[in-house]
Amino acid sequence: MYWEVAKRGFRRYSTYRAATVAGVVTNSVFAFIRAYILIAIFRQRAHIGGFDVRDALTYTFVSQGFLMPMAMFGWYDIEQRVRTGDIVSDLYRPVDFQGYWFALDGGRALYQAMARGVPPVLVGAVFFSLRAPPVAALPVFAVSCVLGLAVSFALRFLTNLLSFWIIDVRGPAQVLVMVELFLGGVVLPIALFPRTLEVLARALPFASIAQLPLEVYLGKHPGVDALTTLAVQAAWAAALLLAGRAVLGAVMRKLAVQGG
Amino acid sequence: MVETLAVYRRLIGARIRSQYQYRASFALFSVGQFLTTFVDFLALLVVFTHVRQLAGWSVWQVAFLYGLSGVAFSLADVFVSQVEYLPDHVKGGTFDHFLVRPRGALFQLCAEEFELRRLGKLVEGGLVLALACGRVGVHWTAARIIVTAVSAMSGAVIFGSVWVVGAACNFWLIDAREVVNSFTYGGNFLTQYPLPIYGVVLRRILAFVVPLAFVSFFPALYVLGKHDPFTSLGFVRFLSPLVAGATLVVARLAWNAGVRHYRSTGS
Repeated sequence: MYWEVAKRGFRRYSTYRAATVAGVVTNSVFAFIRAYILIAIFRQRAHIGGFDVRDALTYTFVSQGFLMPMAMFGWYDIEQRVRTGDIVSDLYRPVDFQGYWFALDGGRALYQAMARGVPPVLVGAVFFSLRAPPVAALPVFAVSCVLGLAVSFALRFLTNLLSFWIIDVRGPAQVLVMVELFLGGVVLPIALFPRTLEVLARALPFASIAQLPLEVYLGKHPGVDALTTLAVQAAWAAALLLAGRAVLGAVMRKLAVQGG
Repeated sequence: MVETLAVYRRLIGARIRSQYQYRASFALFSVGQFLTTFVDFLALLVVFTHVRQLAGWSVWQVAFLYGLSGVAFSLADVFVSQVEYLPDHVKGGTFDHFLVRPRGALFQLCAEEFELRRLGKLVEGGLVLALACGRVGVHWTAARIIVTAVSAMSGAVIFGSVWVVGAACNFWLIDAREVVNSFTYGGNFLTQYPLPIYGVVLRRILAFVVPLAFVSFFPALYVLGKHDPFTSLGFVRFLSPLVAGATLVVARLAWNAGVRHYRSTGS
């Protein structure tokens, strides 16, 4: 059942081909600009925070590929249905509400990982010497991406549910988006942050979305370290998904009180 | 002209009043806009914890580029970026409304989608520019102040023209709107850093094709008294207003061609 829902999510997004190409161009352009800034820095310093210039360039192009699959610019699918009232029919369906949306989001993410995630990396590899992930790290990377999506989805689910209480969640959501982009290491790798900022960023769930999978991709977490990384991501995913369920429970009680 | 301005004031006045009804939402949106570009400034500061200079530019000199680009970009963002909504109006058939009313379609589009919260970005750019001006350590002569102010306006015109040309492309290509983001949002990001750090192909494009180099880099050479690494022609650093005028002409031609090409859905 959830598989069917996921397939629907996949298909819904695969209809817009021209927009996909346009998006890949834009992500690549941004990656290029970031790449030049990083090259200028690494020309003066060979190593920063365990990164060399090749790590940093690889990181930049792969992280641009994470933006769309992880919906890092914001996602308002549930909020729209709350605003229009269609949400009522979603809540009456005989499936788990959170599970339904997660399956739908999984389909979307899989499509975007293929259409928007891989191409910027290929473009980058044409112009710069990028690092290929160690073969041993690939299965860990795949699991890490799925867990990253779970954390990303759980956070978006929570912000969308806020729309049951406040009229316009887009303002708070945009603030969250920017915090996520910065502390999640998309604007600049967390490895380049000053010490205290890096510690803060690593203590928050945002690092689990892109930074940790990217570090696995670069082979920064070999052996047992990989399991620790996955455990951190899994813990955040579980905690935030459960928080989402708790808030959903509150929503259901609130709606019942209002006679919906 | 005066009458058109009066119409504009009424139209955006109505928009502002309606948006201001939800005050908390409006405030948070403005904060969001502020943060959108502020994270780039934080990144810039982080970069300079690792290096003292970037292509010979100090942190406050780069911050000056950042601020100048930010003010220019956000002025265009406040007044012109609404053209981004053109594809929605073309697809929804509402573009025809603009054509039957007695004012230019571009003018109406920009007025109808006006959003005051975009000012959050202008505030951010302005603060960084003011901060950088105080810290770059140049003697602020009248000429320097004038060049800074004029290039902020020229930059706004350049960004606005890029937006209009990009939107005009939508009369031919539906769904390509995200490519325009490379030149607008991407252009803003790019002009925050000194030109010499970029590859030679990108630099030529920025100087001659989409002239974003004139938004911040060339004027900053004059204001900060820096040596031009590309040309010994001293007048290049004062060309921004002329370049802005040229982009405006191109934008006008592109838009008019687009409107002429436009055929309604016919239903």
